[in-house]
Amino acid sequence: MGLNSLTIKEASKKLKKGEITSVELTKACLKRIKDVDGKVKALLTVCEDEALNEAEMADKQRKKGKKGDLLGIPYIAKDNIMTKEVRTTAASKILDNYIAPYDATIIKKLKKAGAVLLGKANLDEFAHGASTENSAYGTTHNPWDLTRVPGGSSGGSAAAVASDMCVFALGTDTGGSIRHPASFCGVVGTKPTYGRASRFGLIAMTSSTDVPGPITKTVEDTAIVLKTIAGQDRNDATTPDKAVPDYLGSFKKSLKGQKIGIPREFFSKGLDKNVKETVEEAIEKIKDLGAEIINISLPHTKYGVAVYYIITPSEISSNLARFDGIRYGHSASTTSPSTFAKASADKPAPLLPLGLARDRRKERGEKDEVKTLMDVYMKSRGEGFGPEAKRRIMLGTYALSAGYFDAYYLQAQKVRTIIIEEFDEVLSQVDCILTPTTSTIAFKIGEQIDDPLAMYLEDIFVTGASLAGLPAISIPAGFAKGMPVGLQLIGQRFGEQTIFNVANTYEQATSWHTKKPKL
Amino acid sequence: MKLSNKEIKHIANLARLELTEKELDKYGKQLSDVLGYIDQLQGVDTIGVEPTAQVTGLTNVFNEDKVCAWDKNEVSEALKQAPDIEKNQVKVKRVLE
Repeated sequence: MGLNSLTIKEASKKLKKGEITSVELTKACLKRIKDVDGKVKALLTVCEDEALNEAEMADKQRKKGKKGDLLGIPYIAKDNIMTKEVRTTAASKILDNYIAPYDATIIKKLKKAGAVLLGKANLDEFAHGASTENSAYGTTHNPWDLTRVPGGSSGGSAAAVASDMCVFALGTDTGGSIRHPASFCGVVGTKPTYGRASRFGLIAMTSSTDVPGPITKTVEDTAIVLKTIAGQDRNDATTPDKAVPDYLGSFKKSLKGQKIGIPREFFSKGLDKNVKETVEEAIEKIKDLGAEIINISLPHTKYGVAVYYIITPSEISSNLARFDGIRYGHSASTTSPSTFAKASADKPAPLLPLGLARDRRKERGEKDEVKTLMDVYMKSRGEGFGPEAKRRIMLGTYALSAGYFDAYYLQAQKVRTIIIEEFDEVLSQVDCILTPTTSTIAFKIGEQIDDPLAMYLEDIFVTGASLAGLPAISIPAGFAKGMPVGLQLIGQRFGEQTIFNVANTYEQATSWHTKKPKL
Repeated sequence: MKLSNKEIKHIANLARLELTEKELDKYGKQLSDVLGYIDQLQGVDTIGVEPTAQVTGLTNVFNEDKVCAWDKNEVSEALKQAPDIEKNQVKVKRVLE
């Protein structure tokens, strides 16, 4: 095994001792990317030169006395996170040539800590999906079985960590997008409490649930990354002034006295038999480790997906309105001044809705011209967005439109309140909640792509924590039919320490996280 | 909930999406399916329940009202992304007829 398969903790120990350099570590990751990414297709951009420069700098800084667990550690960021002077596409054609003019706050923090950015990872376009099949740049393949999806939407990040292309990765989670692929790829994925880590510089999807978080090889590594990226940011008004604990230094060794709630609704119909057995075995193990298992009920979580698919598309329809072909991204607008003058001189044709205008122009044998501002909007967006982004924009537009707002959006917001209250009530009685992360193992590529509803139901176990803003982690809990199975722990708001403790104790007592896919 | 072709066209127009007839047909069916699933929310008793828009509990978060200089390179990088620029400003087609 090469240096690229090291964890943050192992690599930083070797760096500190001077046994390896960041340049060596970075080269090992870049080599691994070259060797396996042709098959896995986890990355959209590789910043080879920049990464080697950053690694060299990290080595120099270490010589000058700089310290830190992430100094010289190579990582990969999901491509909906802005990285200065690096192409940032959100896996959409509408941002095909977009170069981020500034760094996201979490990227700034990692830069300051000396971490080395290797490249940008594939995702479902604008993080809409649970398989990466909605990427405009092709599907990422699951490293455990290349005919299967890696989950999503942070599928590229999870697949890159699972196949040791990097030491850790960043993802974003809106309704399961870190936990779902972490489960499918057999790695550790954390969705922090809403507001724990800044959203500034994330390409916004659902502003009321978006949160960035780490995807790592171990729970300890997750603790290290979260400590670095968390905290208040004046550029994100939803980050509270709350101290970030030293998670790693506060790990407990035992689960004695820990009360863990098991919601019976999550183990009923719809859960794959093999996944169920695997997670039940994990629960037995956690019991053996000293935790008290308590049966709980979350009756309204069954409405989670329905609530999520009103609130999310509604916020998407608003957030994605910024992609209009005017300031950045794909534009149908013509740039030559002469065309502009001509278009203004002509009396613009009355606007026909949608493709109709285009279809009729084609029927008449006319050239598809972009004359009005409306044409720029309609065409730029019609050409730039992929199918799932279009579906969600339309669903949200519908839910927010006159006559439907109360029945859909307002009702969803109210059911959201009930779901939150139910979680809070249960979490006042137990330390955390344990569920399967997903209802099945990774599915085959192409299996669900034409059935958006089936794809939405992938999020059944993960949307609840997102709607309620609670922290949740997915950790490897075993295998079913040779594919990884994840278990999810949900904690109280800002109670990351509790779920990390349970996750770490379980991880230390098992060896699932040490298993590697053969590539 | 079955959306008519006319409704789908209206929604796409509101969303400023130019779609082909084929797309309209496909998305119309898919959106009707999804709305059919979402309709189960109508059965939840929400009388007296307040809607939730955000979960932080934070209200009125203010920043100091002061102008911060923006890095010149970042400004030029940001402007470079626009398809049409004149005198350092983003140019658009005429808004008023």
